[in-house]
Amino acid sequence: MSITIAKSLDLKGLSCPLPIIKTAKAMKELAPGQLLEAFATDPGSVSDFKAWAQTTRNPLVESSQDGGVFHFVLKKKEI
Amino acid sequence: MAKEENLMIDEQDKPLSLVMFSGTDDKLTAAAVLAVGAATMGRPVNLFLQYYALDAFRAGKVNADHALSPEATAAQAPVIRGHKGQHWSDLLRQAKEVGEVNIQACALSMDMFGIGREDLDPIVDGIEGVAAFIASASDGQVVFI
Repeated sequence: MSITIAKSLDLKGLSCPLPIIKTAKAMKELAPGQLLEAFATDPGSVSDFKAWAQTTRNPLVESSQDGGVFHFVLKKKEI
Repeated sequence: MAKEENLMIDEQDKPLSLVMFSGTDDKLTAAAVLAVGAATMGRPVNLFLQYYALDAFRAGKVNADHALSPEATAAQAPVIRGHKGQHWSDLLRQAKEVGEVNIQACALSMDMFGIGREDLDPIVDGIEGVAAFIASASDGQVVFI
């Protein structure tokens, strides 16, 4: 099964709360079920993305790290 | 874990209400960060502007230098000033774009400082008294900054 990313955000170099603001804005534009990926360097983003996903009920389908860059994939919730 | 999740869901729709009292750029920024964070997570946000915070929301004065809190040391001040984050007013604008944020000026402070509706930045939604603020805070948290 191939995974299609509908939108990719480069949030590297941005500090709290900007990664979450930009992510929340971008997620508003997605259709239910679409995926958004984000790359960030803010160390707080790992817990922030997890908490944001849980609270807004948009599943965080991936949270990984490559060097100093964090990679997240969020799925827009079905309504 | 299940209990924690239930708690989060229960709290999710409750408003977060901030009484913004301090008018220094560091405290205005700290308040704006809380406001925008809650807004991105779907919480309704109420901001009640009093005293020195209200003064910082005067039209044409929002981007002025509002100094820092007394606890900022001489060594910390340039670090705070030089940080590349966004201005508190931009954070609040984005909070309004992404969520439900209601910014109200305290009627008492308006009267005390002789500030009229037309003297305020358009980001301010209106003027209200304490009863209206407490009513909008409902059973959510109230934070004083």
